[in-house]
Amino acid sequence: MTILDMTADVPAPRDAGGPLLEVRDLHVEFHTRDGVAKAVNGVNYTVSAGETLAVLGESGSGKSVTAQAIMGILDMPPGRIPQGEIFFHGQDMLKMSGEERRKIRGRQIAMIFQDALSSLNPVLSVGYQLGEMFRVHQGLSKKEAKAKAIELMDRVRIPAARERVNDYPHQFSGGMRQRIMIAMALALEPDLIIADEPTTALDVTVQAQVMDLLAELQREYNMGLILITHDLGVVADVADKIAVMYAGRIVETAPVHELYKRPAHPYTKGLLDSIPRLDQKGQELYAIKGLPPNLTRIPTGCAFNPRCAMAQDICRTEIPALHPVTERDGGELVGRGSACHFWKETIHG
Amino acid sequence: MPETTKTAAEETVPVAAAPAEAARDSGPAPGKPRSLAADAWAELRRNPLFVISAVLIFFLLVVAAFPSLFTSADPTAGDLSEHFLDKPKLGHFFQPDWFGYDNQGRSIYARVVYGTRVSIIVGVGVTVLVTVFGGLLGMLAGYFGGLWDTILSRLTDIFFGIPFLLGAMVVLNAFTDRTVWTVIGALAFLGWTQITRVMRGAVITAKHADYVVAARALGASTSRILFRHILPNAVAPVIVVATIALGTYIVAESTLSFLGLGLGTNDVSWGGDIDTATDHIRNAPHLLFFPAGMLSLTVLAFIMLGDAVREALDPKLR
Repeated sequence: MTILDMTADVPAPRDAGGPLLEVRDLHVEFHTRDGVAKAVNGVNYTVSAGETLAVLGESGSGKSVTAQAIMGILDMPPGRIPQGEIFFHGQDMLKMSGEERRKIRGRQIAMIFQDALSSLNPVLSVGYQLGEMFRVHQGLSKKEAKAKAIELMDRVRIPAARERVNDYPHQFSGGMRQRIMIAMALALEPDLIIADEPTTALDVTVQAQVMDLLAELQREYNMGLILITHDLGVVADVADKIAVMYAGRIVETAPVHELYKRPAHPYTKGLLDSIPRLDQKGQELYAIKGLPPNLTRIPTGCAFNPRCAMAQDICRTEIPALHPVTERDGGELVGRGSACHFWKETIHG
Repeated sequence: MPETTKTAAEETVPVAAAPAEAARDSGPAPGKPRSLAADAWAELRRNPLFVISAVLIFFLLVVAAFPSLFTSADPTAGDLSEHFLDKPKLGHFFQPDWFGYDNQGRSIYARVVYGTRVSIIVGVGVTVLVTVFGGLLGMLAGYFGGLWDTILSRLTDIFFGIPFLLGAMVVLNAFTDRTVWTVIGALAFLGWTQITRVMRGAVITAKHADYVVAARALGASTSRILFRHILPNAVAPVIVVATIALGTYIVAESTLSFLGLGLGTNDVSWGGDIDTATDHIRNAPHLLFFPAGMLSLTVLAFIMLGDAVREALDPKLR
C-alpha cells in the first residue's frame, strides 16, 4: 500500500472552498417528565460565506434548538445530542472541548437574540457590555474597549453614540436596543451570525430598518447569516435560500423566490396560503387545520400527515426523505428539495 | 424616528409621550445615565427613613471608632464612693455622672459609649462573614445546580434547623477564653443560612435570564458570567437581608453577654451591663435603661436602613 492509496480514503479537507457551516443529520432531544421530546430529528443544512439562510417554522419546529446546538448553548441536561455533526470551517464542533467552543462563540459565530431588552444586562451600561467583547476576547484595556464600543454604536447608526455609550439598556428604544445587540454580535467580525427572530419584538417600520441594517452589514463583512424566523415577510427581501422546518425536520428547501412562487410541500403551501392578501378582503383567512405535533409523540410516517389534505396511507407509515425537486420534464431545479411523498402533485398541480 | 416602543423607566417621562421620547432618542440623552445603583441612591436620598437611620448609624460608627471623643471617663474604673442608687444627673451632659453609676461605681455613660464598639464590631463582622461565605455558597448552589445544589441545600437545611441562640450558646460554651472574634465566629457559623437561601434563589432567577444566555453565546467564561452578569443582578435582596440581619446579630451578642456566654466581664458590652442591671431593676432602673435604650436604638437604626434599602432596590415597591 502506497501513501497515495492511504490518502485516497481520507475525505478532502472541508476547509478548502467548502461551506462555512455544515449541519449533518443533527438530532436533539430533551428528557422531560412526559418522556423524550424529539426537538430536532435529522436536520441538514449548509451556509457559505456571504450567504443568508432563512430557517422558517412555527414555534416548536426545532428552528431555535438547532441554532442553540450550533452555538453550544443548549442546556445539557435536559438536552442531549444523540446523533449528528456540526462542521464549522471543516471541524466538527460537537467533538470540541467546552473551552474550544467558548473561544469560537462571539469570536467566530455570534448570535442575535429575539428580545434585546431581556438579552442585555440591565445593571451594566451598554458601553460596558459592548466593550466586554473586546476585553474578553482581545484583552483590550477599558479605555480602548470603550472607544471601540462607540465606534460600533456608530456603525449600527445609533445617534449620538459618544453621549449614549454610558446609558443603560432601559434608556434605549426597542429598535435601538436591537441595534446594540447587532453591534455586539458584529463586534469581533465573526464569520457566521445566527439571528434568532431578531425583529419579532419590534414594530413593523423598525423591523424593516433593523433587517436592512443587518443585511447591509452582512454584505460588507461577507458573513454567513442564519436567519431564524416565523415571519414570511421578513425573509423575502433578505434571504438567499430558505429551509422550512416542521416537527424537527426540514420539509422543504428552496431559493427564496422559488419557494414563494411554487411551494413543493403541502405545509409550505399552507403557510403561504395563510398570509392575508389584499385581493381576499372580506373573505375568511385560510388556516392550516389542526395543531403542531407534541414533540414527545410525533406522528408516525410524515409528521404533517394528520393536518395534510393530501395524506395517503404511505404518509402514515413512511417518513418521506428530502426528494430533489425537478421540473415537470425532469429539468433540474437548483437547491430545491421537498420531504413529501407527493411533491410532484404539490408543485405541478 | 418612528420609534415608539420605548419603555424607559424614567419617572419624569410619561410612557405615552411618544413625540418627546422620539426626540430624546435621536438627540443626546439629557442628564446623566443612571445605573440601578444610582437610581437607588436617588431614591434613598429622598426617603426620610434612610436619612434618619443613616445619621444615627454614622453617629454610632463615630462613637465606636473614637469613644474617647465622647467621654473622658474610664469605663472600667470603679469609684465606690459613687453610689448606684443615686439618680442619674441628667443635666450633666457628657459628664461621667450623666447616666449615673452602676453597682461598682463605674460611669454608665462611659460604659454605654465604650460598649458601642463591641456591638458594632460584632454586628458588622458577622454580617460581612455571613454575606461573603453564605453568599458564595448560595451562588454556587444556585448556578451549578444538580448535586452541588442538593448537597449545599441540605447542609443549609441542617444549619437552619439549629436554633440560632441555643446553638451559639453551645458553641461558645466550648470556649473558655472568649473574645469578640470568638463571638463573631460562633454567630457567623450559625447564621449564614438565610443569606445562602436568598442568594441561591436570586441566582437561579438571574441565571435563566436571556442576558445570561446572550453572554454565554458571545463567549463569556463561567466566572465572568457569575461575577459580572449574575451577581450584580442577584445582590439586591442579599443586601437587604444582610442589613436587617445586622441588627439581630447585635441583639444576639447582647443576649449572649447577658447570659454570661458572650464576652468576659472585662469587656465592656451592653449585654453584660444589662445583665448587671437585672439584679437592681426595682431600685435602680437607670442601670438597665441606658444600655438597653442604646441597644434598641442601634437595632432600630439598622432595621430602618434595611427597610429603606429594600424600598430603593425593589422597583415594585415604588
